[in-house]
Amino acid sequence: MSWNDTEPMVSIRDVYKSFGTLEVLKGVSLDVMKGEVICIIGPSGSGKSTLIRCINGLNDIQAGSILVEGQEVNDPELDKLELRKKVGMVFQQYNLFPHKTALENVMMAPIRVLKHDKEIAKKAAIELLRKVGLEDKEKAYPGEMSGGQQQRVAIARSLAMNPDVILFDEVTAALDPETVNEVLLTIKRLAEDGMTCILVTHEMGFAREVADHIYFTDGGLIVEHGNPKKFFENAKDPRTKEFLSQIL
Amino acid sequence: MKCHPYKTDLPVMLPYKPIETENFGSTIKLWYAVPIVALILGTSAIAQSGSDIRLGAVQTLMRWMPLLLQGFIFNVLISVMAMAIGTGLGAALGIGQLSLNRLVRSSSWLLTQFFRNAPWLVLLFFAMFLLPFEVNIFGIIVPLPDWVKATIGLALPVMANVSEIIRGAVLSLPSGQWEAAESLAYSRRQTLWLIILPQCLKRMLPPWMNLYAILTMATVLASIVGVSEVMTLTGEALAAEGGRPDLLAPFYAFVLLIFFVYCYPIARLTVRLERKFSVIN
Repeated sequence: MSWNDTEPMVSIRDVYKSFGTLEVLKGVSLDVMKGEVICIIGPSGSGKSTLIRCINGLNDIQAGSILVEGQEVNDPELDKLELRKKVGMVFQQYNLFPHKTALENVMMAPIRVLKHDKEIAKKAAIELLRKVGLEDKEKAYPGEMSGGQQQRVAIARSLAMNPDVILFDEVTAALDPETVNEVLLTIKRLAEDGMTCILVTHEMGFAREVADHIYFTDGGLIVEHGNPKKFFENAKDPRTKEFLSQIL
Repeated sequence: MKCHPYKTDLPVMLPYKPIETENFGSTIKLWYAVPIVALILGTSAIAQSGSDIRLGAVQTLMRWMPLLLQGFIFNVLISVMAMAIGTGLGAALGIGQLSLNRLVRSSSWLLTQFFRNAPWLVLLFFAMFLLPFEVNIFGIIVPLPDWVKATIGLALPVMANVSEIIRGAVLSLPSGQWEAAESLAYSRRQTLWLIILPQCLKRMLPPWMNLYAILTMATVLASIVGVSEVMTLTGEALAAEGGRPDLLAPFYAFVLLIFFVYCYPIARLTVRLERKFSVIN
C-alpha cells in the first residue's frame, strides 16, 4: 500500500451510489492531488454531498473505487478509523458537541482517539482556536456562539486531528450572510497553507477565487470540469451554462 | 387585513389555554389542602357517630400513625432499591438495544418488550413464587426475604422502561452528532460513551423521575404478596381495631395522603425539568 504524492491523494473512479431505487451517483470520477483545492458545485440533489460523504466512508458505494492515499475505501475490510484520521470533515450544521466547550470540542479527539498527551493537545487546541480567530471563546459552549463562530470551531476541531485532506460539506449554507465571510476566510487561509481541501459549495465567488479545479455535477454525473477561469468564462455544456446563468 | 382572533359573530371554539402555574410554592399548598380537608371532614363526621367508649377515629389513627409511617418508609426503601436495580439492568439492556451485534440487539429488544408489556402484579407474583427463599452464592447462604423478592419483581418492569427511555433518548439526538464523531475517528463505543450518552442524561431525567413516581405508587402491590409495607400494616391495624367501618375511610385516606405528599413534588419537579430542558434543546 505505497502511495507517494505524485499520485492523486484522492482518486474516485466510476462511483455508483443509490439510496433504494434512487440513483444518486451514476459513474463519477475525479482526482485530487496533494495541496489542491477542489470545489464541487451543482444544483440541489445532484449528488454533491453524497459524493464527498463517500470519501470518508459515511456513505458506502455500490460500485466503483475510491482511493485515499492509495487505500481503497470501498473495501469491507477497511479500517475506517484509520481512514478517518487522514480525512477530516466539516458539516453544514457544524455538529459541534453541545455538552463540551469550544476548547474541549477541539482537544477531545486528539486525546481520546490519537492518545496524545493532554497538555500537548490542549496547547495545540488553543493554538488552533487562535488560528481561526476564536482565542477568546475557549470556555464558550456551542450554544453560546454564533453560527460562524461554531463553524470555525468545527474547522479547528477537524484540523486538530492533523488530517491530510478536509471535506467541507456546504459549510456556509446554514450561516447568516454576515458570518459567511469569516468562515470562507478561514478556509482560504487553510488552502494557502497547502491543506488539501474538497468543498461542496454554493459560493461561486469563493470557488472562483480559491479553487484549483471546479467540478460541476448534475443528475449524478460530472457534467463539466476545469480550472475556474475556463469553467466560469468558457463553460461548454448547456446544463453548466444554464446553472451559471441562474446564479451569476 | 387585521382582525381580532376572539371577535366574531360565528359560533367558534376558542383555543383551550391551560392555566399557567408560575408560583410553585402556592400550587403545592393549594393542592395539599384538598386531601387534608377531605381527611378532616371525613374523620370528624364519622367520629361524631361513634360511641363514647371507643376512641374517635382521629385519635385511633394517631395511635397507629408511627407504625403506618414505618410501613411507608419500607415502601420508599423498596421503591429506591427496585429503581436502582431496574436502572442498572435497564441501562445495560438499553445500550444492548443499540448494539451493532444482531443477537445482542434483538435479545435486548425482546427482553425489553416482554417486561414492558407485562402486568406489574403478574411479574411480582412470578418473582415471589419462582425465586427461592435463600440462595447459595459460593457456599454463602443468602436469605431472600419476601420484600427482597418483591423488590426484584418490581425491578423487572422498571428495567424494561429504563431500557426504552435510553433507546428513545439516544434516537432523539440528531444524527449529525454520530456523523461528527465518526468523522473524527471515534470508535462506536467512544462515540456512545463520550458524545451520545452524556447528552442523553438530560433528556432521560424527566421520564426517569416519572417512572420512579409510578414505581413508588406501585409498591403497594407488595401487600398482596404479604410484604409488611404500609397497605399490609393498614389492613392489620384495622383488623386489630376490630374492623370498625368508621376507621376505613380515615386510615386509607391517610395512606393516600402520604403517597401524595411524597409523589406530587416529584411530579412537579419533573414538569419543571421538562420545561427547562425543552427550552435549552
